[in-house]
Amino acid sequence: MDKNFAARRRRDLIIAAVLTAIAALVPLFVKDVVVQNILILTLMYAGLSQSWNILSGYCGQISLGHALYFGLGAYTTELLFTKFGVLPWFGMLAGGVVSALIAMGLGYPFFRLRGHYFVIATIVIAEIGLLLFHNWEWAGAAMGITIPIRGDSWLKFQFARSKVPYFYFALLLACVAWFVTWWLEDSKWGFWWRAVKDNPDAAESLGVDVFNSKMGAAAVSAFLVAVGGSFYAQFVSYIDPESVMGFQFSLLMALPAVLGGIGTLWGPVLGAAILIPLTEITRFKFGGSGSGVDLIIYGTLIVLISLALPRGLMSLFSRPKKTGATR
Amino acid sequence: MGLLYGLIAVGLALIFGLMDVTNFAHGEFLMIAMYLSFFLFAFFAIDPLLSAPLVAAALFVFGAVVYLLLVRFAMRAKANAGMVQIFTTFGLAIVMRGFAQYFFTPDYRSIPQSWLGGKTVSIAGIFLPEPQLVGALVSIAAFAGLYLFIHRTDFGRALEATREDPGAVALVGIDKNRVFAFGWGLGAALVGLAGAIMAIFFYIYPDVGASFALIAYVTVALGGFGSVFGAFAGGIIVGLVEAVTALVLPPSLKSVGIYAVYLLVVFIRPRGLFGSM
Repeated sequence: MDKNFAARRRRDLIIAAVLTAIAALVPLFVKDVVVQNILILTLMYAGLSQSWNILSGYCGQISLGHALYFGLGAYTTELLFTKFGVLPWFGMLAGGVVSALIAMGLGYPFFRLRGHYFVIATIVIAEIGLLLFHNWEWAGAAMGITIPIRGDSWLKFQFARSKVPYFYFALLLACVAWFVTWWLEDSKWGFWWRAVKDNPDAAESLGVDVFNSKMGAAAVSAFLVAVGGSFYAQFVSYIDPESVMGFQFSLLMALPAVLGGIGTLWGPVLGAAILIPLTEITRFKFGGSGSGVDLIIYGTLIVLISLALPRGLMSLFSRPKKTGATR
Repeated sequence: MGLLYGLIAVGLALIFGLMDVTNFAHGEFLMIAMYLSFFLFAFFAIDPLLSAPLVAAALFVFGAVVYLLLVRFAMRAKANAGMVQIFTTFGLAIVMRGFAQYFFTPDYRSIPQSWLGGKTVSIAGIFLPEPQLVGALVSIAAFAGLYLFIHRTDFGRALEATREDPGAVALVGIDKNRVFAFGWGLGAALVGLAGAIMAIFFYIYPDVGASFALIAYVTVALGGFGSVFGAFAGGIIVGLVEAVTALVLPPSLKSVGIYAVYLLVVFIRPRGLFGSM
């Protein structure tokens, strides 16, 4: 690519490094547990949304079933931990591998579908997963799994006294997801994905391996989301099918990327940084009473942002293009 | 039960299937209709069966207003049109659920006595619950009506033409917004009809729509986008599959059968059974 592209990539990397350094210092100043909680969730959703963005944003295969991988990550980790005593770190890897394999297995039939048929298939498969876990006695069925506290260390990835270590892991997750995206953007895969997104038929005829590039995107995306799921399970230390595999997770993963700018490097980060604190604060202020006010505010917000900025918030930053060729 | 899924799906078939606009608030339309029917019964003692046309009319207005105030703008998006539609209607769904919780509380409600509630009729030794039977008949009538409407009237042709090519349609003097607003109204009226009948024998609560909405999407997609008959056939298949699954698997897994059949069908026929899009 041209010089501008290379310069932009260098600039992105520097911005990311600076932001990470600033974020890493935050726990030194923020001692309030509620605020820490919000920050952890924000970072987690930034990471999840970034991973979702790889398949749905860059490669253009809109998935509304990523809750499946989130849940699989959570369940693999916790089942291995509670039933076999496997450390969560290995469980996390196992969860990622399982999810990536399942994503590729599903890819075989799924990637033949287009448009609404594909989106509905992803919703449906996550829903099947949810129902199966609901009825799987060994995995706790609808009761879920309560994760026993076995220690307070990085080795066990459990921290009873402080939320700060979780914060650093969430930061790591967001950074890794961002860096993977950054790295792939300039790789063969990145270019293939954008070609597949814009016009799969034309891409195919120019020698792009459409099917395998979709598979690659699905595997990377599922792996990272599953790692997020493992983290979430350790963080909240209780999981049940609804709380890790519910449809709302699929949407919550997609939402930051869509609001921030789908298929952009910074969209998910920006979207999460705005959306998640707002969600949590409205829930904190108005929720709990069951009055529904938090839902009204949250829903209105989504409607307004998606109507006002169809390309997402990132479009506010993009300078007008010099070439008139783009739409 | 199959025909009832069909009845819920027929409104969606019009909006999602024929106009190609995603409506993630379809289940919430159903919820509103059920509450309307409930309150008409609770305050004015109007039986749900009588109030059904009223509810349908109210939903017609509601659907058209939603289109004119929200969806019209969502469709204008040049980039990511699909995602904008999904999240605009999804946001609307959340707002509607929030309002339902705010005004009606999250309590479960039901209509205790109505003309049909709890009664059964025996046909050749098979006992059928009357509300479901009426629902089935209304469903068949609604599908037949919609089919004729789409294929035999100028409006139907205008609707399809507008979806195909809004620009060309404007040239021959058809106002896209009027056609689509009418289409949304009609789609909402049909789901209003479904809601009024379902209020007779189903609990009413703010989240009730969510459980039916997904099945409605699956029904429409199973039948294939762009086909009224497909959605009808999809509804029947979904109902049958659910009944069969419930016999084989535990009741909580009954939806798995529906989802599995959807996946199976689209793997073999990626455009659904009778889809044209």
